[in-house]
Amino acid sequence: MNKIANRQVICETLMERAKTDKDIVVLCSDSRGSASLTPFAQGYPEQFVEAGIAEQDLVGMSAGLAKCGKKVFCASPASFLSTRSYEQIKVDCAYSRTNVKLIGISGGISYGALGMSHHSAQDIAAISAIPNIRVYLPSDRHQTKCLMEALLEDEEPAYIRVGRNAVEDVYEEGNVNFQMNKAGVIGENPEECEILLVACGEMVKPCVDAAKTLNEKGIKIIVLDMYCVKPLDKEAIIKYAAKAKAVVTVEEHSPFGGLGSMVSQVVAAECPKRVINMALPDAPVITGTSREVFDYYGLNAEGIEKTVEEVLRK
Amino acid sequence: MENLKAKAFELRKDVVKMIMEGKAGHIGGDMSVMEILVELYFRQMNITPETVESPDRDLFVMSKGHCVEALYAVLAARGFLDIEEIIKTYSKFGSQYIGHPNNKIPGIEMNSGSLGHGLPVAVGMALAGKMSNKDYRVYTVMGDGEVAEGSVWEGAMSGSMYKLDNLCAVIDRNRLQISGSTEDVMAHRDLVAKWTDFGWHAISVDGNDLDELHRAFEEAKTVKGKPTIIIANTIKGYGSPVMEDKANWHHKVPTAEEAEQIFRDFDSKKEAALNE
Repeated sequence: MNKIANRQVICETLMERAKTDKDIVVLCSDSRGSASLTPFAQGYPEQFVEAGIAEQDLVGMSAGLAKCGKKVFCASPASFLSTRSYEQIKVDCAYSRTNVKLIGISGGISYGALGMSHHSAQDIAAISAIPNIRVYLPSDRHQTKCLMEALLEDEEPAYIRVGRNAVEDVYEEGNVNFQMNKAGVIGENPEECEILLVACGEMVKPCVDAAKTLNEKGIKIIVLDMYCVKPLDKEAIIKYAAKAKAVVTVEEHSPFGGLGSMVSQVVAAECPKRVINMALPDAPVITGTSREVFDYYGLNAEGIEKTVEEVLRK
Repeated sequence: MENLKAKAFELRKDVVKMIMEGKAGHIGGDMSVMEILVELYFRQMNITPETVESPDRDLFVMSKGHCVEALYAVLAARGFLDIEEIIKTYSKFGSQYIGHPNNKIPGIEMNSGSLGHGLPVAVGMALAGKMSNKDYRVYTVMGDGEVAEGSVWEGAMSGSMYKLDNLCAVIDRNRLQISGSTEDVMAHRDLVAKWTDFGWHAISVDGNDLDELHRAFEEAKTVKGKPTIIIANTIKGYGSPVMEDKANWHHKVPTAEEAEQIFRDFDSKKEAALNE
């Protein structure tokens, strides 16, 4: 079982680059511990800025630093970053096109029993609705590293959501087959796709596990790891959805405006067929660890298998 | 040396022409902020149309973005923009001259419009200057109604926390906002005391007096270890009794008759300045 959380990989990648690139600046809002960025703050104090518990100032400052040539990585809990500073993201980062990479840590329901104030189940919908900004939800530590390396090379704003906990690997080290803004395609035979599963972030792994079991039962599954929620890899969706009997989307997000809504739009317009959206409920979630919450709502391998089998029966 | 006091009234005429032609604009605040912008762009800031991309340029963020018409007029007078094109197209279909600053336009650094954004952004710019050992200075102008935004006070804290003596913020203290007196809408009480408590060097001046503004900006450059705030006490609608100190002139478009009177008032103020 992997013990390295995606947030930790982000810190490692930034520390490696900061050795030679003095324009990299990391900002936190009293969140360096939660973001696993304490080693960065200690190792590169001259490239680290503490904003205190002030997310609007955090993002505004980030935009100002970026405007003056800094490569800014701004890390704060996804719940606060995506909504408390929403307008700064919209105006100061996206509209003004500043090179700010917003890292939403402890995303989705990572904070479990802390309640809805700490959950970010609407960040995909919120940020994706803003022009000029991209939205990424990497699935595992290896993909997170590839994504961070790609983001260090561009100068446009982006929002990256990662969870709090270490998640099991989807990919093998050195074999991620990462292409920027192209979904990862996971399946035994790309030519055979009875059901297309589209997922992002922590929901990719249970999809891959479910696909394995279903393939053993003779149901041909393709999983699209849609870490690039925006820009959505429409080409991949159309390619596989066209072959499939139905599409199932799985995400750690509200049922409205997230990956499921986006995939449904594409399928409805390009290759109409049934799309089932698996998501969190439109309600404050039940109290528990994120694992317990996922299990309760069927956002696990068993729940995905069950949904696929039901879809095929209808 | 150009008579800047007279220039400020000439530029006010450009603003009124823009607003008459575009049938929109925040005229009251444009008039109150004019001397502040004239001082910044004619005597303080190290920026020209040739150096808009220079990493050593001084930076300005128009936090009270709704008064972009005054900024357009000043930028045009300094050679960044063409005033005739602005007057002809401002606020019209497809125009790049929209009702708030947009950084696709040369000389405008950041998009603004939503209030309370400029100070945190300016703090970031000033911080970048310190990190990179640059000598540039950063300026921002806020409205006094704007200071009710919580993000202003977040920026006030980080500005002093990081000892940003390369940062100078101005409050256009015209004492009116769209609904009436700032003290009736959300009272500020003593702004000098508030900002001093937040760790800033605070200077209170007559914000429609270029000499006083000049002295304040020069003083700000000598302050070490903390940012400066200039409380610029201004008159909303300054330049013509038709609109001076009247809340309903926040974004009123003058009638043709009112405009005639306003232009006459500007002309006599300009004459007086020239004869000083």
